[in-house]
Amino acid sequence: MTVKQISVFVENKPGKLAELTEYLQQHKIDMRALSIAETQDFGIVRMIVDDAYQTSCILKEAGYVASITPVLAVEMPDEPGSLFQILKMLGDGGVNLEYMYAFLTPKEATAYMVLRVADNEKAMDILSKKGIRAVCQDAIADLW
Amino acid sequence: MFLQKQGCEAHTDTGMEGNDTSMEHYYQPEIECASQEQIRAWQDERLAKTVKRVYENVGFYRKKMDEQGIKPEEIRSVDDLHKLPFLTKDDLRDAYPYGLLAAPLSDCVRIQSTSGTTGRRVVAFYTQNDIDLWEECCARAIAAAGGTKEDVVHVCYGYGLFTGGPGLNGGSHKIGSLTLPMSSGNTERQIQFMCDLGSTILCCTPSYAAYLAESIWERGLQNQIKLKAGIFGAEAWTEEMRRDIEEKLGIRAYDIYGLTEISGPGVSFECSDQSGMHINEDHFIAEVINPKTGEVLPDGEKGELVFTSITKEAFPLIRYRTRDICILSHEKCSCGRTHVKMTKPLGRSDDMLIVKGVNVFPSQIETVLLNQGYPANYQIIVGRKNNSDTIEVQVEMTQEMFSDNAGVVAEREKKLVEALKAMLGIYVKVSLVNPKTIARSEGKAVRVIDQRNLYQN
Repeated sequence: MTVKQISVFVENKPGKLAELTEYLQQHKIDMRALSIAETQDFGIVRMIVDDAYQTSCILKEAGYVASITPVLAVEMPDEPGSLFQILKMLGDGGVNLEYMYAFLTPKEATAYMVLRVADNEKAMDILSKKGIRAVCQDAIADLW
Repeated sequence: MFLQKQGCEAHTDTGMEGNDTSMEHYYQPEIECASQEQIRAWQDERLAKTVKRVYENVGFYRKKMDEQGIKPEEIRSVDDLHKLPFLTKDDLRDAYPYGLLAAPLSDCVRIQSTSGTTGRRVVAFYTQNDIDLWEECCARAIAAAGGTKEDVVHVCYGYGLFTGGPGLNGGSHKIGSLTLPMSSGNTERQIQFMCDLGSTILCCTPSYAAYLAESIWERGLQNQIKLKAGIFGAEAWTEEMRRDIEEKLGIRAYDIYGLTEISGPGVSFECSDQSGMHINEDHFIAEVINPKTGEVLPDGEKGELVFTSITKEAFPLIRYRTRDICILSHEKCSCGRTHVKMTKPLGRSDDMLIVKGVNVFPSQIETVLLNQGYPANYQIIVGRKNNSDTIEVQVEMTQEMFSDNAGVVAEREKKLVEALKAMLGIYVKVSLVNPKTIARSEGKAVRVIDQRNLYQN
């Protein structure tokens, strides 16, 4: 039901993000989605990758501080209003979002919204009752 | 008392031709220009008296002297001083608060305290006489900067436990100058009063003087100020900085040195010669020692400055190690003063940093980091931006401190900044860096990078 987001600590300095992505490239890690939260002196890179386990291993090897967080990647039609529908359901259900970001796939007209909430189960209960589906980690690789 | 408020003319046979500083001002010329034999006689007598008094009144000194088998009668002159044990800041801390008090508490009228933390704080006591003598020392410094009762002395050192404000304030009163007890901060008001009330002598840290100078120029008020001199201490500053401040403010900038333990500012001060600070030797005996061996070094050699206060009633310190490295010189000075001169501090014999006039020990920062759950792997970077000190602590990010939520990490960072502020009393910028990026050197880690290059050798 959830996907494994990799979060990495990166200093907010020129070249640091390039360093990280170069390292990922060397290990042939394929990113599906990416978002960065930044402060003045550091950033947190959040990504959905094809192989979360391998990614987390190689990051630790290289000395990065990284963590795996289970997040929801919910499907929605790629058309105006669908994000609003989902957010309204969550809002009505009293679910607060910590952050979110979106990605698309080349297949079909489906968009995916990555949602970080305190209680994945509760959020999913609300969404699934209205017929909203989330992809799981294993399905991520097949989306392309 | 030797109160003489008017300045007297200096011995002008010293080649300061055509310079307006030939009108040297003194506060107590008969002391400040006394013969070195006379100074020595005062020191001998006062030292013997002080040692006898602390031996009788202070258990701490009695125990220390007994342990080394030294009788107070053996200390008859400055020549015997080397027989006495040293006193360190740790001793002062161990004796906190009353352990070194040499006068009845009922005779004390004031305390002052060093900047720094609970762990390192030192409390100094003063009787009314101690305050008077301290203020006279400051008056000498103000007079040396040209101060008379016609002057308006603008004091923006902090007031309170810090000795800067009270010391210069008292000195200015002794001279009879109009005293503006501005305290620190509120630059807008500082400049307004400076313009409206015609301040002529500015007393503050050199970095604040530089900041004020810039602010005055930014407002185009450089022709509205009447400053003629500044007395700047409590932190290290360079000759470049002196020239910069002098040019921008159109003044002569004088250094002043002191430490709370010994009294406060005015232990030594610069004269018109601007080539070192005269130590008020009728109150303080200065020695320079090899910090490793404790051996007393001759004039001209660089070592750690050690003070013995010989007129203090409440808190006399015997052979107190300041940890400041400097050089002493008894050479004749063009100003006519005869008291020994010390160079600006050329460094420290411990790892203490002075940032924005505040004493900072790396160990204090380490304590905060550990308390907040950060690793003891850190680096302190001290710099100077627009003539004002900056301090940054780089800390390595850990798995435990990390979160995918930037707000959570930022909140932890903020807590660390607050804890550092509570410990040190100043803002410290915190930078979280990647693990293993702070160099681990073999042996002693390089914890401090001081980019200010303040100490000129």
